[in-house]
Amino acid sequence: MSAWDRVLAARDPKRPTAKYYIDQAFDGFFELHGDRLFADDPAIVGGLAWLNGVAVTVIGQEKGVTPREKTLRRFGSPNPEGYRKALRLMEQAEKFNRPVINLVDTQGAYCGVGAEERGQGRAIADNLMRMMALRVPTITVILGEGGSGGALALAVSDRVAILENAVYSILSPEGFASILWKDASRAQEAAETMKLTAGELKALGVVDAVIMEPGGDAKNNPQAAAEAVKAYIAKELETLGKLSVEELVQARRAKFRAMGR
Amino acid sequence: MPLFQRKNQTTLVVVRGAPSVEERQNVSVGEIADSPSIPSGMWEKCANCGSIVYNEDLLRTNKVCPGCGYHFRLSALKRLELTADEGTLNIFNAELRGGDPLGFPGYAEKVEKMRAATGLDEAIVTAEAQIGGYDCVLAAMDSNFMMASMGYAVGEKFVQAAEKALSKRVPLVVFTASGGARMQEGMVSLMQMAKASGAVSELNAAGVPYIVVLTDPTTGGVTASFAMLGDITLAEPGALVGFAGRRVIEQTTKTSLPPGFQSAEFLLEKGFIDAIVPRNELREALIRLLAFHKGVRP
Repeated sequence: MSAWDRVLAARDPKRPTAKYYIDQAFDGFFELHGDRLFADDPAIVGGLAWLNGVAVTVIGQEKGVTPREKTLRRFGSPNPEGYRKALRLMEQAEKFNRPVINLVDTQGAYCGVGAEERGQGRAIADNLMRMMALRVPTITVILGEGGSGGALALAVSDRVAILENAVYSILSPEGFASILWKDASRAQEAAETMKLTAGELKALGVVDAVIMEPGGDAKNNPQAAAEAVKAYIAKELETLGKLSVEELVQARRAKFRAMGR
Repeated sequence: MPLFQRKNQTTLVVVRGAPSVEERQNVSVGEIADSPSIPSGMWEKCANCGSIVYNEDLLRTNKVCPGCGYHFRLSALKRLELTADEGTLNIFNAELRGGDPLGFPGYAEKVEKMRAATGLDEAIVTAEAQIGGYDCVLAAMDSNFMMASMGYAVGEKFVQAAEKALSKRVPLVVFTASGGARMQEGMVSLMQMAKASGAVSELNAAGVPYIVVLTDPTTGGVTASFAMLGDITLAEPGALVGFAGRRVIEQTTKTSLPPGFQSAEFLLEKGFIDAIVPRNELREALIRLLAFHKGVRP
């Protein structure tokens, strides 16, 4: 598969979304709403759930399934209140010593007037800063599209894994081509250059693991994909659970500190 | 040395081969871009009021339009010179450079061209300095260098500046300007946002003050990381500060944006910055703020 094929697979409307994984890989999900400051952002779903009998906080960017739901959820592009809800839930997890599992699937943070008025930049920055120091284990799985800072705001984690056909990039290939070549139609060419595929990101050290999609594509066998994600999270939670809080935070800091070196 | 008093001469410990501040004034964006431009060096046109301003006058006002008060963009070296006490500026990491992780066509050449045009190795300059007698670590970004986009070198230099402030327990003062993440370095650029924000969290834990001065323009991945994390955040009048670009927002929302959207004044109204301070009062404002952190009334 070319990089562009992966971009298309990651965007495929038939690809399972975050809510599917929350329902299949976890059980007893109790959704918690709102950022306590402004609103509840439907682009981010979060709450408490069990994973193999372990109580966790799970947060996901949800694109929506039906057309009406997609519009309501802005196709998974969060507003600042979405990031602030996520941060509220992560800090709550820290308070009660629960691991945090984040599921990323977004084209990017929402670009709107209200988003700017309510400090999209500040909201993302806060998450990056707080996640780096969070005193509980954190695992992020990139399920579909990992779009820029809007994805990173849920991905400063002890473990960052990516599904085989998911992509994670500095910007959409269209945006990249538009900025660097003044020609958004060269998106396909951009995708091949950007090192946005799972294998390339693993080689760069940007992600820690690639989770294979049974049947070659999560949409062919969503149930098996959810099982694979669950198995990965369970295994890594066990590994991370053996570290002291200090070791955990130090290792996380060291990992991101070394990126790009 | 008395506070609130500047001498006219500032000794710069400058990167090797760098043109002097005066020479740098003559490098217009038009020249860097190799596009045809009116021979510059004598005057510039104010982007706000349209008046023709002689460079001689701009030098005197530190690039503030004498007619309307519009703040022209300032080079990083000039910024450091304006801010630090005479003879205290000690630039470090001047030669720290990034790589070309995507092997992006033309990127290495573009960076070389920028180096030749600006005399800088990268888009941020970091220094140890005193401001009003207070020790600090000072950094300034330079929009002349690839619109001060953040790739590995910018992220790494910011983090090393924060680490120096941390180890010396002195305030970190940063003048931001940036078009956002540097596209040509791909995900390596995005990761600098996490790295830089993490460095600020260490300052927070240690109680080391971090003061940000937002200058025109500060956008994208820099806004969504270290620019918005200051203990105290100041901005120059009229500076453009935002996350998403104007055009992107207009395309996404199919609406046109009101005038003044994403200006420093807009951010003040929305509650995201502490104060707007004109350029020629910034040094004095910083000295007053640093005194509070020292806890000794001057």
